[in-house]
Amino acid sequence: MGVGGFGAGLGSMEQLYQQLILDHSRRPHGKGLLEAFDGESFQVNPTCGDQVRLRVTLAPDGARLATLGWDGQGCSISQASISVMNDLVAGLALPEVAALGEAFGLLMHSRGRGVPDQVADSLGDAIAFEGVSQYPMRVKCALLGWMALKDAVAKAAAGDSSPAHVPEGI
Amino acid sequence: MTALSMPEPALIPEAELAAIRADFPILQRQVRGGVPLVYLDSGATTQRPTPVLHAMEDFATGRNAAVHRGAHALAEEATEDYEEARGDIARFVGARPEEIVFTSGTTGAINLLVSSLDAASTGRGGPAAWQFALTRGDRIVVTQAEHHSNLVPWQELAARSGAELAWLRVGPDGRLRLDDLSQVVTAHTKVVAFTHASNVTGAVTDVATVVAAAKGVGALTVLDAAQTAGHMPVDLPGLGVDFAAFSGHKTLGPHGVGALYGRLDLLEVLPPGFYGGSMVEIVTMTEATFQPPPTRFEAGTQPVTEVIGWAAAVRYLSEIGMARVEAHEAALTARLLAGVAGVPGVRLLGPPGIDGRLGCVAVEFDGVHPHDAGQYLDSLGFAVRVGHHCAQPVHRALGTHTSTRATLGVYNTPAEVDAYAAALATVRPYFGVGE
Ligand SMILES: Cc1ncc(COP(=O)(O)O)c(C=O)c1O
Repeated sequence: MGVGGFGAGLGSMEQLYQQLILDHSRRPHGKGLLEAFDGESFQVNPTCGDQVRLRVTLAPDGARLATLGWDGQGCSISQASISVMNDLVAGLALPEVAALGEAFGLLMHSRGRGVPDQVADSLGDAIAFEGVSQYPMRVKCALLGWMALKDAVAKAAAGDSSPAHVPEGI
Repeated sequence: MTALSMPEPALIPEAELAAIRADFPILQRQVRGGVPLVYLDSGATTQRPTPVLHAMEDFATGRNAAVHRGAHALAEEATEDYEEARGDIARFVGARPEEIVFTSGTTGAINLLVSSLDAASTGRGGPAAWQFALTRGDRIVVTQAEHHSNLVPWQELAARSGAELAWLRVGPDGRLRLDDLSQVVTAHTKVVAFTHASNVTGAVTDVATVVAAAKGVGALTVLDAAQTAGHMPVDLPGLGVDFAAFSGHKTLGPHGVGALYGRLDLLEVLPPGFYGGSMVEIVTMTEATFQPPPTRFEAGTQPVTEVIGWAAAVRYLSEIGMARVEAHEAALTARLLAGVAGVPGVRLLGPPGIDGRLGCVAVEFDGVHPHDAGQYLDSLGFAVRVGHHCAQPVHRALGTHTSTRATLGVYNTPAEVDAYAAALATVRPYFGVGE
């Protein structure tokens, strides 16, 4: 009985686990929580329980993202995605952060059919996650950090620097 | 302490196993661009043999009608089929037909029971139902090994009633620490809800010991038999529990159906927690009287086709014989555990031997997240589950938060298990860990 064969399945694995993703997952950027913050978010991927806690500070004028720091545990896709996001968004104006988040969302929901060139170009290294869009169950992994960022920025912009709710005994 | 069952491992003979596999067309599938499927996720849901599909089709094309309402020919035939199916399911777990309440699954069954206990706690059901009432100062006992569906409903009931929630812990081998029973199951304990087997560690609970402790303080016992019902002989009255829950889709049946078992003398005085058509006798503008069990607990139009399919599924299992199903899976489990033990950088969550253990083998890879491991295994055709498997607390108790889980079914072969064990050894190298 031929079981456990090595077929075409591994081909799309290579598209999924790009070298850039593996590198970031092994040495993620921006890891470590900021002591002082303007907005904090705690997000969980319900299918696997992976978690991220992410804190941001805004520039004094309140119009730009100044610094970002996060902590969490998760698969290589989620960890690499946060790491790449960290590099892309630091110092951007808040509308640019939002636009980038939307572009990444588009990429994730493209089901492997690609995105318009301007969207792809705007994404920088985050385009490496295109392969994830072929695996609907993994899209949440790649989006985990982006959801946390969106939430933390929204709180910071609204002047809500309260700590995020983290369930007891976790 | 009562000894745990130790099934004599024995594979189903090759020719018979091939015939069984031929009844499950899905097992012939290829996935991910052409690799043969190796289905190792029966703990999440089992596959369905053709007799189940045929029974459902025959019903839908020949006898479909709503049951227990209407007197036309089809209504009569459908009602007959439905009640016969109840008899089949009851026999499968050693119960009487009136002790089987159809629900949407294990989750539905536990929630239904919790709704009834909640109703009793507000005085519904009168003095006969006082034994079910919970109040401040009472205690509900669960365990760290529970699936969320046998935990969250009890958290909610505790919050609503004011009762305190306490739990038995899990030891490092994944087994419940039954030595703590006397401290945890106190005189104030009203309910002890516990799993027959963990869907993470595979550890089978020594039910008799838990039941004895609960009985000693007059507490009700509620058994989550979701993982065991399809994989070993289960005699609910013999186990001595008051209530139990199990699912159709984990016993070769369809999704959307399951059962709450309740001791008849208890069901007779338990108030309903779900209300609507079919479960009532007389309805005026202000009140209603309720039918006897099990009908009292089956409000609304039931999933009759699924019930019929489920009955065909348990008949199919019974024809093979549950003791043989258990023995076959034990033999496969022994093989898989031996394979896992030989893989460097892999930690087993749960007991290392087949004594008192199901074919549910969850592992953790040093340096590889389960999602990544699962994706790789999936690309080789292995359907395994990754994540917390709806059991976060037991993962936390074992010092982790997720795992990669293979669960066996009667249709799995030794070749599949061997191939999986071999593939496990390639996971860490694939991700460049531990060379
Ligand atoms: C131990 C246990 N309890 C309860 C359930 C819930 O069953 P269902 O989803 O069929 O309601 C499961 C299924 O995953 C389980 O493994």
